[in-house]
Amino acid sequence: MAFYVVQFLTGLASAASLFLVASGLSIIFGVTRIVNFAHGAFYMLGAYAAFTLTERLGGALGFWGGVVVAALIVAAIGVLVEMLLLRRIYHAPELFQLLATFGLTLMVEDLVVLIWGPDDLVGRRAPGFRGAIDFFGQNIPSYDLFLIVMGPLVLGILWLLFQRTRWGVLVRAATQDRDMVAALGVNQKWLFTSVFALGVFLAALGGALQIPRDAVNHAMDLRVIVEVFVVVVIGGLGSITGAFVAAVLVSELNAFGILIFPKISIILVFLVMAVVLIVRPWGLFGKPEAPARRTPGLTVNPWRPLTANERFAAIAALVIAAALPLFAGNYALTVGSEIAIFVIFAVSLHFLMSVGGLASFGHAAYFGLGAYGVALLAKMAGLPMIACLLLGPLLGLLGAAVFGFFAVQLSGVYFAMLTLAFAQIVWSIAFQWVSVTGGDNGILGVWPEKWAASPSHFYWLSLGIAALAVVILRIMVFSPFGFALRATRDSPLRSEAIGINGKRVQWTAFVIAGTVAGLAGALFAYLKGSVFPDNMGISLSVDALVMVLLGGVETVSGAVIGAVVYKALNIWLVSQTELSKLVLGAFVVLIVVAFPKGIVGTLEAFMHRRRKSSSSTSSLVTSRIETAE
Amino acid sequence: MKLAVTDLNSFYGPAHILFDIALEVGEGEVVALLGRNGAGKSTTFRSIVGLVENRSGRIMFEGKDVSREPTHAIVRSGLGYVPEERRIFTDLTVEENLEVGRQPKRPNAPQWDRDKLFQLFPNLGEMRGRPGGRMSGGEQQMLTIARTLMGNPSLVLLDEPSEGLSPKIVEQMVEAILAMKKEGVSIVVSEQNLHFARLISDRAYIIERGRICFGGTMAELDARPDVRDAHLSL
Repeated sequence: MAFYVVQFLTGLASAASLFLVASGLSIIFGVTRIVNFAHGAFYMLGAYAAFTLTERLGGALGFWGGVVVAALIVAAIGVLVEMLLLRRIYHAPELFQLLATFGLTLMVEDLVVLIWGPDDLVGRRAPGFRGAIDFFGQNIPSYDLFLIVMGPLVLGILWLLFQRTRWGVLVRAATQDRDMVAALGVNQKWLFTSVFALGVFLAALGGALQIPRDAVNHAMDLRVIVEVFVVVVIGGLGSITGAFVAAVLVSELNAFGILIFPKISIILVFLVMAVVLIVRPWGLFGKPEAPARRTPGLTVNPWRPLTANERFAAIAALVIAAALPLFAGNYALTVGSEIAIFVIFAVSLHFLMSVGGLASFGHAAYFGLGAYGVALLAKMAGLPMIACLLLGPLLGLLGAAVFGFFAVQLSGVYFAMLTLAFAQIVWSIAFQWVSVTGGDNGILGVWPEKWAASPSHFYWLSLGIAALAVVILRIMVFSPFGFALRATRDSPLRSEAIGINGKRVQWTAFVIAGTVAGLAGALFAYLKGSVFPDNMGISLSVDALVMVLLGGVETVSGAVIGAVVYKALNIWLVSQTELSKLVLGAFVVLIVVAFPKGIVGTLEAFMHRRRKSSSSTSSLVTSRIETAE
Repeated sequence: MKLAVTDLNSFYGPAHILFDIALEVGEGEVVALLGRNGAGKSTTFRSIVGLVENRSGRIMFEGKDVSREPTHAIVRSGLGYVPEERRIFTDLTVEENLEVGRQPKRPNAPQWDRDKLFQLFPNLGEMRGRPGGRMSGGEQQMLTIARTLMGNPSLVLLDEPSEGLSPKIVEQMVEAILAMKKEGVSIVVSEQNLHFARLISDRAYIIERGRICFGGTMAELDARPDVRDAHLSL
């Protein structure tokens, strides 16, 4: 019995930090409507900064002062981020806000390694809370008791702040209607900045308070952000009480889940989240939000199928690509295969996020499932390659069917958070279930059969499948199903009013996208001869997002161009620098701020303007279409 | 001149909504902006306080061009705005709603505080702790006006204050507006209801399809039944 009580208290102690980070995320979202993906990065920075400060400053005052000062320093960094980056993108579509803050996370991960090194750092114990308290033969660290008190204390302080101060009243008002607050003479800019500062302060404090419990390392940002997303999805985004209750719930589920499923404790949390999503999609303490009117996009050029000339150009490009083995060496062909595989992956995500309007931040999960599907079939069942290539992606399909069912219940930022959380769950299963997946060591020796083994043959195989995938998805875009999907994207209410089952359509699109991603993963397993958990990791999901973004998120063919350009650059970049995440993150932020239309989007806008000036009739037609939008 | 708008043009996306709007409001005057649904009354107000981003023209308020200022700065200089949709903060209590509107005193404008506003709108005084979301339409309308007055404005743009209210509440509204006028607040009130406008206004403009097509005193308007019938639905 005592053991369970102690386990319960441990859970409560873990909830404290989780609550701090989640409440910060919720407060920021409430006012700015931005889900700050970089919140985990601020948590991590808080921990690192506190580590350094508490090491440098001695004594009890040094420790507690160090913790608070660390959080304040990180909050100041947050203010800079808000003023320099977020202010530029408050009116940008959601996806761009998510991506920009995500890019920031990537940058921080490399910067942290650059400053503090790659090794785990073990911080000081908290003065006054070094020992443990005996509870019927079980030890409870006294620091845990401190954290247990800390959680409700912060909740109370936040409550007072929001209920009893003018600033709090303004923040609550802005959470509901920020334009009206401005129309009453309140300077929104500073309100936003101060809210962001408070949110970041809470995250950093959460990180700083963890140092006596846990080692500080450069992966803690993603671990915490995934848990925080689960917390806010359960508790309801925007509710501080919800954040507290859900943080306790999730921490307790983790604490006891470890006893029930020692290897895959995250399953329990996932099950609870699934139930909450079905019963209350907006979270336990959240409020159902009216379906947001779609943010006007960047471009208003209507999509159209390729003209005869463009079709000819596309076939010519394919023929030239197919001729590559005639003059290129083996290395170039392997790179070519990889690019072709990533074209498949990128178009699958494009189908989901550009055509379906569902920006998945965990699309790599289905890529990885396809890869693991092939590896397991080939190694365990010993199936021939063709059978593996056909059946392997079915694992991606299965994953997409299960996760997609829950994910499409939500939209916008919730969808993004949920897909990311699902992908992390799949990743941790691959990582922890060593007996089946090999864990970190992966599954090795997945080689293609003789007929496909030579680089040129494998290249042709990949290129052929890529061309097929692009054509099929493109046909779907302009099919009745594609129209229904785009109608649901543009106006869920109106499309429902004409009899489209929006959720069913989106779920189908999710499954299609997941299957095609699985196909890419299947080929990738044969290309590399092995699969690892990283094949479903977050950075791969981000790669896919960047490919679509770089090509042009609002175009039909952007993903293909984006994948070719990005993958080629990426392969070159990795060979040039150690700091690929820093460069990649900066690149993402740069695209969002300076180049949001992408390559194809910019080209289209250019052609559009030329056409406009050459013929006035067509411009009249376009302007009518634009007005109708 | 309290407020002088000239050559105001506004756009929503590529659509041109307002065309060369010009209107003037004198010190302590109540001016009606009349027009049918969709004529451009609300857009005119939203443009004046800077809530429509894509606009051009001159907006002289107390002798200063405010057309390049952000919304909150325009409002802080004493130009209050009461939106048509009321936009009460539903989660906030009556007193908290008023707190959001509170601004420092201004030397050239009448002063308001909670107690004075609860005298003007006695209903509100009886429900200080009630959340805005649990009030009737008429009570919400009074609260939005009170909330704007907390900013001690010298001029208020009132967007369709009588819309959707029962005759009894409309009567109270007339009294409240006349009381504001007596305190010295200049008012521009947009209306579809000519009867209501006549009870409170000194002068009127008529707006139709984004253009001002009449301007004059109420007596001048009454002398032109053709204008009235052409542009106002009665």
